[in-house]
Amino acid sequence: MASASQSAFNQQLKKYYSFYTGGFVAFVVIVGILEFAGVPNKILGYIFLAATILLYAGIGFMSKTAEVSEYYVAGRRVPALFNGMATGADWMSAASFIGMAGTLYLTGYDGLAFIMGWTGGYCLVALFLAPYLRKFGQFTIPDFLGARYGGHIPRLIGVLAAIICSFVYVVAQIYGVGLITSRFTGLEFSIGVFVGLGGILVCSFLGGMKAVTWTQVAQYIILIVAYMIPVVWLSVKHTGIPIPQIVAYTTELPKVTALEKEFNDKTTPKGAAEDSVRQIFRDRVADADAKLKGLETGGTGFLAGERGKLEAKVADLKAAGADAKAIEAAEKAVKDFPADPAAAKKAWTAQKTAAAAKTAPVRAHSEPFPAKDEKARDIAKKNFLALILCLMVGTAALPHILMRFYTTPSVAEARRSVGWSLFFIFLLYFTAPALAILVKYEVYSSLVGSSFAQLPAWVSNWAAVDKTLMAITDINKDGIVQLAEITIGGDLIVLATPEIAGLPYVITGLVAAGGLAAALSTADGLLLTIANALSHDVYYKMIDPNAPTTRRILVSKTLLLVVALVAAYVTSLKPGDILFLVGAAFSLAASAFFPALVCGVFWKRANKLGAIIGMSAGLIICGYYMYLTYPFFGVNAPKWWDINPIAAGIFGIPAGFIGVIFGSLISPAPSKEVQELVDHVRYPNLEADINTSAA
Amino acid sequence: MQLTQKHVEYWQKNLRLTGILLAIWFVVTFVAGYFARELNEITIIGPLGFYMGAQGALIVYVLIIVYYAKSMNAMDKEYGVHEGEDD
Repeated sequence: MASASQSAFNQQLKKYYSFYTGGFVAFVVIVGILEFAGVPNKILGYIFLAATILLYAGIGFMSKTAEVSEYYVAGRRVPALFNGMATGADWMSAASFIGMAGTLYLTGYDGLAFIMGWTGGYCLVALFLAPYLRKFGQFTIPDFLGARYGGHIPRLIGVLAAIICSFVYVVAQIYGVGLITSRFTGLEFSIGVFVGLGGILVCSFLGGMKAVTWTQVAQYIILIVAYMIPVVWLSVKHTGIPIPQIVAYTTELPKVTALEKEFNDKTTPKGAAEDSVRQIFRDRVADADAKLKGLETGGTGFLAGERGKLEAKVADLKAAGADAKAIEAAEKAVKDFPADPAAAKKAWTAQKTAAAAKTAPVRAHSEPFPAKDEKARDIAKKNFLALILCLMVGTAALPHILMRFYTTPSVAEARRSVGWSLFFIFLLYFTAPALAILVKYEVYSSLVGSSFAQLPAWVSNWAAVDKTLMAITDINKDGIVQLAEITIGGDLIVLATPEIAGLPYVITGLVAAGGLAAALSTADGLLLTIANALSHDVYYKMIDPNAPTTRRILVSKTLLLVVALVAAYVTSLKPGDILFLVGAAFSLAASAFFPALVCGVFWKRANKLGAIIGMSAGLIICGYYMYLTYPFFGVNAPKWWDINPIAAGIFGIPAGFIGVIFGSLISPAPSKEVQELVDHVRYPNLEADINTSAA
Repeated sequence: MQLTQKHVEYWQKNLRLTGILLAIWFVVTFVAGYFARELNEITIIGPLGFYMGAQGALIVYVLIIVYYAKSMNAMDKEYGVHEGEDD
């Protein structure tokens, strides 16, 4: 394509998206006016949901295509800036948008592993992969493995790994979509899943990568605006300065640290009040402990005895003519009493862990690896660094991200595009830690010490909506809120920020729309990756290389529909721990792809056998370690060097590299054609060059 | 095709640049992470260990990528391996 038409295209895009942004702001203002006119919040929620999904569907419809290169790589004409925005939206999932600040609120420094891991990985993308993959210029990541290492086996392992990690990840996204739609519109969770799915499908189904790209740009704009407005506002409210990313550290963090010290110091009034609450929790732990011990020695007899005590209490209360509420509570305690020793053990252990968590002193927000002794601290530090490495290498190995760099017009643009991608991701990621501090200050300074009779509106609102996000009880009955009496769910931080900052409901709706955009855009990219791996790599390259283009696209679209429905079905079963699923996807991708991809570019001697051994070794070791140590599988073998299962890639990545090196050295060097292919990807332009790019 | 001396030099230079930037990446991530407790004793904007993880490292990452893109795109032209159609 001539550079003149490309630059005209670029100008046109800038104009369109400026209009679009203006239009979106106008839309938010109109909804705001509706709110002041007295339209109920629920209707506003529906308006936001419907308008944004229709918008994405509209862009998808306008970008509908039947051309192979547009369908798979958006015609390779996406300018660096826009590919950066699309990658940003593709990358930032519901977990980043809604969960990240909450994780940081709850875990302080240790949560920064996610911040660093999910941004620093782009350095690896830029230095090791993006420009070389762009020069290679085909459609999928298994394409590269197939061409570089030859034969169907490396490609097939690539397809398998791409499907495993993308599928695990897409389930987490659809879960996020269901959660947001159900929370803000009152729809049933499973209906919410399918409404969201409709939005995802219209877009990718009609126009493949082309439609997904232009929708993702639109989604990025919504999500970044939605994230920034409340944080900036909260910053102004606290300090009068609209730059949360600086004031959080200079003014707010020292205040938070001072309050933490006060809460932990029993000689201050606040510290004493905190300690009285903690004492109650310590008593509860002791109580649960005693009951568990009794259960162990007394068995069913002990259980019957405990039940008898509760029943006697009901009878006593009734005889004494106590008020109805107290009797009701006592009767409920009898009704909820565990039926058999196994259930009792489970219930009391849960009680003990919940109470034990509340007996600990306040965790210092900025202190890295807080632990009771040097040994525990070293384990925390080791896991922190291992997790960062897995997340970074995983970032540089997730096919749906790498695929985006096939869509730029040139190698030079691909390099720039990684810069834009990280810049757009950075905008959100460097704001999240600041938001966590701002909200923490609000909770520590305004909520703690306030009276239970007059809780701030946002607290009572959220406590009424969802107990897992906000639960607050007057444990020591002094009528004043203590920190140990508040239980906050991580997702609350971003969702409640508009209310904490005193913004109208329209901004809450905007934040929900932003979260939805984040989840939808990531799900779009992932579904497309899975469908393309199946249709392009398996069907076209392996089963029927003579298939006409119309049939290739038809197969891809059909698969997209099937994969989406299967993913939605799996999501509606609500499989366990979402954060673990996401972490697992990164470790698996890091172990399977990264060594083979990097060696493919940087080591000419790497060959087919090396790739096969390396990729399988990485996948197997990583998967095996997760199977051994993740409680879900029930094996619970001792950990290797105390590494948590989420960082299993720390064993898989070296296994992958060793496998590639070992396998390559015991078999002959790759052919001259393959070595020329390596030279071809290393130089953006060579005279008398071979041509690998697919139209 | 036969690579000229110039091509080999281009690739060597690329490897060197990649190595240096990777070393910087390693230091701001893993060395700073390893010594985070010690760095927290120093205050620049906030406690330095915490600040590096929350913001400092991220800024360095962006700079690494931008610098790499700029130098490589310039080096492509210097060694005559740039794409013709690129502006």
